[in-house]
Amino acid sequence: MTAVEQPETPLGHGNMRRKEDARFIRGRGTYVDDVTLPGMLHGAVLRSPYAHARIVSIDTSAAQAHPKVRAVITGETLAGLNLAWMPTLSHDVQAVLATDKVRFQGQEVAFVVAEDRYSARDALELIDVDYEALPPVIDARQALAEDAPVIRDDLEGRTDNHIFDWESGDAAATDDVFASAEVVAAQDMLYPRVHPAPLETCGAVADMDAVTGKLTVWTTTQAPHAHRTIYALVAGLPEHKIRIISPDIGGGFGNKVGIYPGYVCAVVGSIVTGKPVKWVEDRSENLMSTSFARDYHMHGEIAATKDGRILGLRVNVLADHGAFNGTAQPTKFPAGFFGVFTGSYDLEAAHCSVTGVYTNKAPGGVAYACSFRITEAVYLVERLVDVLAFDLGMDPAELRMKNLLRPEQFPYRSKTGWEYDSGDYPTALRAALDLADYPALRAEQALKRERGEQMGIGVAFFTEAVGAGPRKHMDILGLGMADGAELRVHPTGKAVLRLSCQTQGQGHETTFAQIVGEELGISPDDIDVVHGDTDQTPFGLGTYGSRSTPVSGAAAAVVARKVRERARIVASAMLEVSADDLEWEKGRWFVRGDVEAGRTIQEIALAAHSDLELPEGVEGHLDATCVYNPPNLTYPFGAYVCVVDVDADTGQVTVRRFVAVDDCGVRINPMIVEGQVHGGLADGVGMALMQVMAFDEDGNHLGGSFMDYLLPTSMECPSWELGETVTPSPHHPIGAKGIGESATVGSPAAVVNAVVDALRPFGVRHADMPLTPAAVWSAAQGTPLRTDLAIT
Amino acid sequence: MIMEVTVTVNGHAYTRTIEPRLLLTHFLRDELGLTGTHWGCDTSNCGTCVVWLDDVPVKSCTVLAVMADGRQVRTVEGLEGADGLDPVQQGFVACHGLQCGFCTPGMLMTARWLIDHNPAPSEGDIREAISGQLCRCTGYENIVRSVRWAAEHEAGVREHTVEEAGTEVQA
Repeated sequence: MTAVEQPETPLGHGNMRRKEDARFIRGRGTYVDDVTLPGMLHGAVLRSPYAHARIVSIDTSAAQAHPKVRAVITGETLAGLNLAWMPTLSHDVQAVLATDKVRFQGQEVAFVVAEDRYSARDALELIDVDYEALPPVIDARQALAEDAPVIRDDLEGRTDNHIFDWESGDAAATDDVFASAEVVAAQDMLYPRVHPAPLETCGAVADMDAVTGKLTVWTTTQAPHAHRTIYALVAGLPEHKIRIISPDIGGGFGNKVGIYPGYVCAVVGSIVTGKPVKWVEDRSENLMSTSFARDYHMHGEIAATKDGRILGLRVNVLADHGAFNGTAQPTKFPAGFFGVFTGSYDLEAAHCSVTGVYTNKAPGGVAYACSFRITEAVYLVERLVDVLAFDLGMDPAELRMKNLLRPEQFPYRSKTGWEYDSGDYPTALRAALDLADYPALRAEQALKRERGEQMGIGVAFFTEAVGAGPRKHMDILGLGMADGAELRVHPTGKAVLRLSCQTQGQGHETTFAQIVGEELGISPDDIDVVHGDTDQTPFGLGTYGSRSTPVSGAAAAVVARKVRERARIVASAMLEVSADDLEWEKGRWFVRGDVEAGRTIQEIALAAHSDLELPEGVEGHLDATCVYNPPNLTYPFGAYVCVVDVDADTGQVTVRRFVAVDDCGVRINPMIVEGQVHGGLADGVGMALMQVMAFDEDGNHLGGSFMDYLLPTSMECPSWELGETVTPSPHHPIGAKGIGESATVGSPAAVVNAVVDALRPFGVRHADMPLTPAAVWSAAQGTPLRTDLAIT
Repeated sequence: MIMEVTVTVNGHAYTRTIEPRLLLTHFLRDELGLTGTHWGCDTSNCGTCVVWLDDVPVKSCTVLAVMADGRQVRTVEGLEGADGLDPVQQGFVACHGLQCGFCTPGMLMTARWLIDHNPAPSEGDIREAISGQLCRCTGYENIVRSVRWAAEHEAGVREHTVEEAGTEVQA
């Protein structure tokens, strides 16, 4: 066991080993369940076995009598505190603990606080709830039927399960394009309900100090500051007396954006008992009750000329939002960023309409690395392009190349109003096809088809729109989507960067130090990144929708440049020259024309804290703050090629190769970018082939454990083949775009396109995810499965 | 009912009085404060709880702590030795084999066992060895590379040691 040579740390951008790894490889991370406080009690949630039922009575007396139980909390208890309902992120309300009805299987009904976690679970068994079962609404396509049971009768005047209608684009112009088009292809497709399933489930340790009135909550959150404000709104607690600490997070992927009833119960438990209370959900609770993703029932049409020029898109979506409208997206976007569904193509007109409905399923909808529904949008358009290629008998890669936006069209304003910042799409697609050796793959496929073997090649191209705001267009619960950064430079030139965003594995402690290092010429090793603690960091909306680099990354660069300008003034005083006569090279200011006459940032930092006389009106120190309000989203893009082998007799799909060319603008740490892409590709394979949360007719969740909700292992994943192009964002301070969700957004369509391509000899034009062996086999037989229901 | 058990973890004997239903993972985490071993699924699918029980990797969420009475347990906290990090730990850093870090302790314990029993594992060997464990961040690619890095590094050290020994003999 000899020491390994440590590669030199780059003075800014470049491959660099992660600073956070040192604790994780030793088992010394601090996740929420690792937090133990003196006198800490443990909470557990009693959940509904029914999808839809009226609560007749709840008897907690036996649980209260359990020797180790300290408190039993019900909806009635919370109603007394005006906490039985809480606001959702979509201006609806959600029951913290049910008072009138339960509306999905797994809904929170009661909360037990006990001396240890096993006793808390034991006591749940002692609570006697009398339910009167009601007919549930399980199939979203039946939610608006006239005789459908009304789920949200808690809302005054509510007589149906309709939530919203939303549309985007020009309906009349689109209809005109379709009316005169030579070719129209249409396809129904389902993006099934899935779950992000980070390996760490959600949880909280709440500690209310009765003397100081300070509430500290260690919790699994991707957005600590937003959570603090929401706790203030929910509980009526003064915001300055709330501290949210998001320690190490074991994966988020959107699962840890919202506030869950368990967190609120832990807070109430601590208030009631006067002790810290830990609540950590188990895996079934995580899968059954926390933020699901997708559940979009889509009908898409694509209009084109006979020779394959795409003219228009027309889309209708039925969106299953579950029992409470709890989707996490900017207020003006009830369907998230689905409006970017025109994708990467130059069209004449496009229109979509989305209708949201309540069903007796868990709330959520925007989660799982979806960039606010762009996953659904990309899947839709990329499947439609393949369906069109099928109908026209054209090669799908060639059809895409013919219709991709051209570099000279950027900045490009889409037919639904999105301004794409930069792109060179044909180069990316060519790079992917070259890397895959596409002609050779098609030749191999032809040979195999002659032998009766099913091999498929799937191509997908995607455009993402990530990094919300700008704040004037984008807010969550009225909180504008901008993020702060604070940079302190100590006298010896070491620095501390404080951020509002929150890593869940993305490596912020490394990459954000590199951003500052690049701007100031301070080694990233000498820059600590502080995040995940509202008492220690400036306000901001947090990490989701691939917004850390586009927003907080920009904030880090801007704040570092402010420090650099302060350093310039100090250097001018040190060198006794005008600040205008100074030039910057990485790490030092020097006198123009006299490179030797300069001062390093470290020397300047020391001087800034010294007795050096500074110009009139100039403060000492170098510290700076900023709030970054992005002028636009960034638009990363990419081209993917997937190769599968399908056993048509068993329906088994093997992903043999996956080529991914991603363009996320300037890469701060290429090693970390590639790691993010790898993870997203595995997600895509999982969603395309394995993952689904289906329900039976009674509303029983059929994916409530990892025995049933299948995630890809090392055996289902191929060795990923990556390529890159670099098209900087023109409006981002360092030209970077978000990357965290690109591969999750782009890859499912590539996998499904490949499987459908493999099934071409069977005349298959489309089949819904997940393409399990049963689904593939059925599709090949001409009897495709409805994958989201077990209703016969 | 409570029982007294003595479990040797990373070379230290711990005696505790516990309920017989206590899971080994909770024993390690809550009784001993060794929180490097995680818990993630209840159903033995995720493998974040993998530790060695008498030199065999097990999922400690499906082993009762009383079953470890009188036996040896090795956890991620026992990987680093007096002479530094274990090569598998170094490999995961060198090859970016972790992101959120939650699966990492279990992956490291399996990787260590694999290389002990198969010093030159193929990509297929590595994939099979970790196939009972989930990672949601890395798509497994860099975990495979990390384990291979560790195996190759150890092979290099062995070769180097043999060469040195040979030189000494000649001298």
